[in-house]
Amino acid sequence: MAQEDSNVIDQPEVIRHKMVTVEIAGKKYEVPEGITVIKALWYSGQEVVRGAGCLGGFCGACAAYYRTKDDPKVRTCLACQMAVQDGMSITMMPPFPARKATYDMQTLKDPKQDLFNLYPEAPLCRNCNACTEACPQSIDVREGVWKAVFGDFKSVSEMFMDCVMCGMCTPVCIADIAPNLVALYVSRAQGAHFTEKPVGLDTRIKEIQDGRFNDEWAKILRMTEKELADHCATVK
Amino acid sequence: MDVHALQQIVHRTRDARRKQTLPKFSPADRDQLIHKYHPDYRERAYRPIRFGPNSGDKTVVELASLLEGDSPITDEVDLTADYTTDVLVVGGGGAGCAAALHAHTAGAKVMLATKLRLGDSNSVMAQGGMQISVAPEDSPVTHFVDTLKGGHMQNDHQLLKVMVEEGPSIAKWLLSLGVLFDRDGDGNLHVKKGGGSSKPRLLTCSDYTGLEIMRVLKDEVQNQKIQLLEFCAAIELTSDEKGNCTGAIFKDLDNQRRVVVAAKSVILATGGIGRLHIQGFPTSNHYGATGDGLCLAYRMGAKLMHIDTFQYHPSGAVYPEQLIGALVTEGIRSEGGHLVNAKGERFVNELDTRDVVSSSIIRECEEGRGIRTMSGRIGVWLDTPLLDVEQGPGTVEKHFPAMMLQFERFGIDISKDPVLIYPTLHYQNGGVKIDTNSETNVHNLFVAGEASGGLHGRNRLMGNSLLDLMVFGKRSGQTAAARAAAMPQGKLTVGHLKGFRAEAKKHGSSNGIVSPMILPPYTRKES
Repeated sequence: MAQEDSNVIDQPEVIRHKMVTVEIAGKKYEVPEGITVIKALWYSGQEVVRGAGCLGGFCGACAAYYRTKDDPKVRTCLACQMAVQDGMSITMMPPFPARKATYDMQTLKDPKQDLFNLYPEAPLCRNCNACTEACPQSIDVREGVWKAVFGDFKSVSEMFMDCVMCGMCTPVCIADIAPNLVALYVSRAQGAHFTEKPVGLDTRIKEIQDGRFNDEWAKILRMTEKELADHCATVK
Repeated sequence: MDVHALQQIVHRTRDARRKQTLPKFSPADRDQLIHKYHPDYRERAYRPIRFGPNSGDKTVVELASLLEGDSPITDEVDLTADYTTDVLVVGGGGAGCAAALHAHTAGAKVMLATKLRLGDSNSVMAQGGMQISVAPEDSPVTHFVDTLKGGHMQNDHQLLKVMVEEGPSIAKWLLSLGVLFDRDGDGNLHVKKGGGSSKPRLLTCSDYTGLEIMRVLKDEVQNQKIQLLEFCAAIELTSDEKGNCTGAIFKDLDNQRRVVVAAKSVILATGGIGRLHIQGFPTSNHYGATGDGLCLAYRMGAKLMHIDTFQYHPSGAVYPEQLIGALVTEGIRSEGGHLVNAKGERFVNELDTRDVVSSSIIRECEEGRGIRTMSGRIGVWLDTPLLDVEQGPGTVEKHFPAMMLQFERFGIDISKDPVLIYPTLHYQNGGVKIDTNSETNVHNLFVAGEASGGLHGRNRLMGNSLLDLMVFGKRSGQTAAARAAAMPQGKLTVGHLKGFRAEAKKHGSSNGIVSPMILPPYTRKES
């Protein structure tokens, strides 16, 4: 169909088809500028099994380190959410053997105190802030660890709602804390132990058990296809 | 033109659009629109399946070839079990985790295998929320009716009744595990209104509902020390002399070795097919969404249903290039975001069902009212800044932090500028036919979640997937566990392949395709 040419978005990277040189795990490859890091891996002929998951920035499988040209700073990213640029050096983060505590969330007696039994290293934070700098989700991880230690579980649960559990805060910790795992425990405890029980939910469960909707069900399930379609049409 | 220059029309027309209310389509108009523009009605994308349980049924060519594909297993394979378990769950997303946890709680020995890591799934990306009728003015019956309407009246009534009635108890279970659903001031669960729903019914954890649920379920699977087999892809099921399911054969993707697992029951929770890119669509799906479970179940003789219908989520990102196919959550439209064409006009009630909204976006673009990108893509605007205008500055950031961050990485502030969207392949409406315990017509073979079919009819309602996963994950896990104690482990054979191969030969299927696909072929082969 005809469409005015003025209605087209310019994308310089698409017009120019510019190739850039990137270094993947120490080897140089030519790849199109602006594609994501994960696509650069595929483009350079690598089979990706580990290091790709949801491809939407939520699962944390594609945690990667990168450095841009002439910058000494090594940064972190999710490889499915990061565009490559000329001179970039990239390497995927290997699985890191962090210790996860195991617990039965529902039977914990004193979750705020239990934190110190489950993760005794949590209060040993030395404030270096490396975890915060390593977080690709821009969470103030260091602050979160301290809030956990001081029992402010509510704030931790809010701060870590963005956490994709990529684990990049863990290898950098000089006190061997796994902040994402600490925060996960704290958030779950906040939900299971320190959040009000919704009364309306219990009411609804009881209504269903007591058969409050049985008559309505009987009416609906008896209907012919036509009657049901007509009934559905009345619900706006 | 510069993207900012093109966006001006959205800013300029905002005030005028705010005063408009667009009616929903009449049933007749809606049918006409869908038949003309929805990808499910593109005849040439479909063909009949030549043999097997759904012989003669039409599906998209990409899936038909895989269903007819040959097994990588030969008849003489060594089927000595490497592991023996009561319940074998294949898939590490929401349905798989729920199935494993409930089977474990019911006392069964459980193993969970997944070809990626535990939790790498579509579930983790679910942003819109989870439909559960908890509000006083709502009811399971209303939930049933809304879903039926959304599914074009084709939903399996029994499955649907089970889902809507068990919803509230699922919410209670998740809360007890520590899932942080959004609350109202009085402590009750906050509910939002989703597309195609007559009542507010979406439980949310901001726009991280799936992520929050999955973080908790994954942690719980690990806490319960459920045996995991990660980076192992199921490549065939095993059957006994009666054709009942008795286990599965895996390929360890790290060392390419075969792993054989004997199980009294197998639960396939393998998800959907977005990565087949049917009809060339980009997809919002995860890396492993290649329909493996469908192929495995089909070769065992399990009947599929509604496999000719797919959901194209209305709002997949079209710009920037890096985010193509990624979802812009429906939550934006739930909260009042407008869809706007190149002329600055709205063209559909944004809260209509996904198939209707997608069809109308395709109509706008095909009739020349779309916005194009240099890379040959086309789309319409989603007016995200409108939310801040309507509900106060900071609304987008507060309600959609995940979305904000995703675009911010590419220098786009969605609270200030609209985003360009086009439908993206999102969900497989149908799948393997199951009963209310999530079992297929093959004894001891269960299917839960997106891989199953019937529940959603021909179009899944927003927010019903997360509930589907939890309800039928639970039912499959509990049923399989209850059965395990009183039954012996059946023999492991691939006898079912004999019949399947004979049929394939009769129908001249030598397409050379071996299925399942496992991972999409994205690696560039030539230099």
